[in-house]
Amino acid sequence: MSAAGSTADTQAQPAPGRDSYYGQPVIKEPVWTPEIPWYFFFGGLAGASGTFALLTGRRHPALARRAWFSAFAGILVSPALLISDLGRPARFLNMLRMFKITSPMSVGSWVLAGSGGATGGAVLYELTGRFPLLGRPCRVIAGLLGLPLATYTGALIAQTSVPAWHEARRELPALFGAGAAVSAGAAAVALSPVEEAEPARRLALIGAAAELGLVALMEHHLGELGEPYHEDEAGTYGQLARGLTAGGAIVLAGPGRRRRAVAVAASGMLLAGAVAERWSVFKAGFQSARDPKYTVAFQRRRIRGGRGRGASRRDGLGS
Amino acid sequence: MKLQTHAWPSTYDGEAKPRKGFFTDTSVCIGCKACEVACKEWNRVPESPQGFTGHSYDNTIDLGANTWRHVAFVEQRKELDLESGGGSLVQQASLEQLMGSAGLATYQEGDGVRWLMASDVCKHCTDAACLEVCPTGALFRTEFGTVVVQEDVCNGCGYCVPACPFGVLDKREEDGRVWKCTLCYDRLKDDQEPACAHACPTNSIKFGDLDDLRVVAEERLHQLTEAGAEKAQLYLHDSEDGIGGAGAFFLLLDEPEVYGLPPDPVDTTRDLGETWAAVGLAAAGLGVAIAAAVFGGRP
Repeated sequence: MSAAGSTADTQAQPAPGRDSYYGQPVIKEPVWTPEIPWYFFFGGLAGASGTFALLTGRRHPALARRAWFSAFAGILVSPALLISDLGRPARFLNMLRMFKITSPMSVGSWVLAGSGGATGGAVLYELTGRFPLLGRPCRVIAGLLGLPLATYTGALIAQTSVPAWHEARRELPALFGAGAAVSAGAAAVALSPVEEAEPARRLALIGAAAELGLVALMEHHLGELGEPYHEDEAGTYGQLARGLTAGGAIVLAGPGRRRRAVAVAASGMLLAGAVAERWSVFKAGFQSARDPKYTVAFQRRRIRGGRGRGASRRDGLGS
Repeated sequence: MKLQTHAWPSTYDGEAKPRKGFFTDTSVCIGCKACEVACKEWNRVPESPQGFTGHSYDNTIDLGANTWRHVAFVEQRKELDLESGGGSLVQQASLEQLMGSAGLATYQEGDGVRWLMASDVCKHCTDAACLEVCPTGALFRTEFGTVVVQEDVCNGCGYCVPACPFGVLDKREEDGRVWKCTLCYDRLKDDQEPACAHACPTNSIKFGDLDDLRVVAEERLHQLTEAGAEKAQLYLHDSEDGIGGAGAFFLLLDEPEVYGLPPDPVDTTRDLGETWAAVGLAAAGLGVAIAAAVFGGRP
């Protein structure tokens, strides 16, 4: 039952309505710039590529080296994007002023800083083969930190009052993790001859299946709160993401196994799909914050269902 | 285990002061906006783009980086409780007298329009989501238990903006940092009441020790309920609610959403355990997926 529907149950009221103040949003839209969804993409690419590079090193050294380069590229771009988003970029080091478990952004800043240093060390060792006592631990650290780096961004946006994000807190980290797997796999496929790319291809396909499944799961759980994911910009990006991810996966699983050019094209589709998915999630949050019905009607449903947290115990719309 | 930043009074030892706050009694607000002006003057808050909104007398619209007090105007066209109450003339007369003595007459017009006015402000939540998510520690809890942004620390990451369940914080565009009500931290240190409370001509904005204000609020609610204001309610006074109660709480004459306030606000930090568990699972799942991709096939 939507907020508008419940108004009709009571009595027609002129503006301001019974369930909003002149349609004004209750919460603020995020002030984050387009750098942020791009960071979600590059951070995910860096994280999953690092882990992939670490694990694949023994069996496929050439593939691992390419993955280290992807990780390095991603980790190089990430801080630049984040700093550029700040209102006071010169104060970016304040991010490391303290460590706060209650702030996913604080935790993420430390993960990114650690991962950045370790990936740099790992790539240096990859290129020169010197200082193994430094290079080998760097590889392990970068490989391990890659996993939280690729997934914490889901928690970052989930820990807000934006209904389309907060109520998706169980799925968002996994969704971003799946997108990271697609990105790392696709990047390694694009950089490799087809006969060397099998593990990367598998990673991209596993990630694509997981991403498509998790989007469906998230929207199922969100119910009405998931509406913004289908509307306006978020909806367009979402359709684009699903089409590119599914299409890229099919091409990669078929002719992409045999011909390099096709594999590169399929990888491009998968990478674009991963970018579009982040943009869809990003925009859905803005749309969800903008419309007071998602905040008010959802909270009213919670109160009616006996799950309210106490500020208002009465069923305001029914009385 | 509840994940939370402990700050007041535990970190202040003997320097902790009694918790200060606002009790805004909207039933006596006359919509003069003296609070908005006094706040801007005292805190040197830049002008906010004013336009004619057509929303009653409200051209401020919401709280933000440049509006730390906001007076809402709600015009409700409906039968007055007084008229629909029925009963004998004697009953009506006594009710009228009671409502007069309770101060209800200030917001009611005779032509069937009920006019609700309310001065909104940062709630200075007991469990403040903005403070919890702030990565730099720019948002902190003062010795008075209030929540303040340190302007020399804030780097404008903007995390607190969507984290706030009330939409209080916002980024000042030309400045890059976030700004909000400080509950006049500078005045508090000099034992002065905040500018808005000082300027309020009807004492709708009451300032004081939170414990005292809660007693005053309960009495006032009782008075209004007796007078027949059936929807009168205290909002954010309860330390058991989703934000652990607020330092700035309200007496409203209708449901919170009518004033643009969320009916069931929650500090999302309460779900933090669930969120980090989801990250742990997702990270483990990603690790398994990568391992499966690398070791799953023929070497």
